[in-house]
Amino acid sequence: MATGASRSRGLRTQDWVRPAVYYGSLMPLVLLAVRAVTGSLGANPIAEVMNQLGLLGLVFLIASLACTPLRILFGWTWPVAVRRTLGLFAFFTILFHFFVYLVLDQGLALGPVLRDVGERPFITLGFAALVLLVPLAVTSTKGSVKRLGAKRWRRLHRLAYVAGVLGIVHYLLRVKADATEPILYGSVLGALLLVRVVDWARRRADAAKRQARAAG
Amino acid sequence: MSKRSQPRSSEITPEAHYSGRREWLAKVGLTAGAAAVWGGAVSLLMSRGAADRPEVVLPTGPGSLSGLQRRSAPTYTVDEAQTPFEDVTTYNNFYELGTRKSDPARRAGTLKPRPWTVEVGGLTAKPRTVDIDDLLRWFPLEERVYRMRCVEAWSMVIPWLGFPLADLVKRLEPLSTARYVAFETLLDPAQLPGQRDDVLPWPYVEGLRLDEATHPLAFMAVGLYGRALLGQSGAPLRLVVPWKYGFKGIKSIVAIRFTETEPTATWNAAAPREYGFYANVNPQVDHPRWSQATERRIGELGRRPTLPFNGYAEEVADLYAGMDLRRRF
Repeated sequence: MATGASRSRGLRTQDWVRPAVYYGSLMPLVLLAVRAVTGSLGANPIAEVMNQLGLLGLVFLIASLACTPLRILFGWTWPVAVRRTLGLFAFFTILFHFFVYLVLDQGLALGPVLRDVGERPFITLGFAALVLLVPLAVTSTKGSVKRLGAKRWRRLHRLAYVAGVLGIVHYLLRVKADATEPILYGSVLGALLLVRVVDWARRRADAAKRQARAAG
Repeated sequence: MSKRSQPRSSEITPEAHYSGRREWLAKVGLTAGAAAVWGGAVSLLMSRGAADRPEVVLPTGPGSLSGLQRRSAPTYTVDEAQTPFEDVTTYNNFYELGTRKSDPARRAGTLKPRPWTVEVGGLTAKPRTVDIDDLLRWFPLEERVYRMRCVEAWSMVIPWLGFPLADLVKRLEPLSTARYVAFETLLDPAQLPGQRDDVLPWPYVEGLRLDEATHPLAFMAVGLYGRALLGQSGAPLRLVVPWKYGFKGIKSIVAIRFTETEPTATWNAAAPREYGFYANVNPQVDHPRWSQATERRIGELGRRPTLPFNGYAEEVADLYAGMDLRRRF
């Protein structure tokens, strides 16, 4: 990555991509708020807000998981610069989704909520995805990378893929008959995971070759 | 160029400032452009799943129910606020017109409720095809205000217009061997474009035991809120069984058949663990994926408890005496 000292002049891609992703990610949330204020959420506004936030959280999560594969495939460095922003948008949107369920949908009735979380795989999985995202959000700072060490931090943040898969299954179990959309998002997630796995296998093979050469 | 018109050296913007401002402008421009592209793309994805409140298109003219005999007062009502017409006609499950709640209202125009015939067959003394406008003249229309509880845990209160199913069954002369009545929705992807997607096996079919069908509460609706049914509500003829989940209320019926054995019911066949043939509203038997103990009445913020048989237990519980309702849900 070019440092400020070596290239004081000239606009780096991440200088504008980073704020663009931030402000762009606010847009769907603002549009949802506008729909709420203007009463265009339809006859069941609570369900609509809940559905939209869940879908939006999944989109942000998948977008954050696309950053590293984009670097691997195209050698771009800017996606990694927006990964944290997207990850935090995913976390807060999914948290908001959960609070809409807890407060507006269930009216804070803890008994039914606990039963839902405990007994219904559909809700158990969605809740598990949210719980998995908590340590990732907490350790999203640069300081955390230092404290944990880059290797451990990376290993921890692979949980984001697990959360993504849980989110897809949660979505899949929610629909009654038309699974087109969850399958679509699931395929994208699967493709991203595949890029990571292939890259990992290739790097392992390279390392093994290097080792063999060094030994020979 | 004269000496005067030349800027003094103090007026010349230093090159560093100038390129800095250019860089700043470029950054703002690129940021705004990229933000619009990213935000627009995500918002577009969101709109694919969004359900809003489409404009309800009301047909002009006298309407297909004008001039028909009507009873003046409702023959059955509940002491609960009626769900506004706007909500009843824009929040629908009618997968033949799309799987989003707002799809049926938006696409209802493709469904043409005239000309329309209903084929009567199976175990009947008189198999025949009846024109809808003849059928409408067989019985006086009456209004019934019923609760409607969807299996998805939301509910409405709807003033239907129609006639008792019992009267229709009697008129269609089932044989004594008939034990069930089966219904079928129109199969025509040109009118019901959702049938181009195989989310469910088409056509949609449903059925009732004959004693359920002849229960005084079982109803054939041809209108709601005093006017003919719109496409999204199942024009021109649909079933209403208020003590059962809404999916039993098959829409846009083109065939009625009497059978000796239990007829196929679409959701039951598609997911037998989740949707029973009986589908009686029962707060004790949860859907495997969500609780049926409570429901959201459309238009209300909180949830209300779901009542056994949707509040019609006094009238209909006898139909199921001795039946294990947990097993045969």
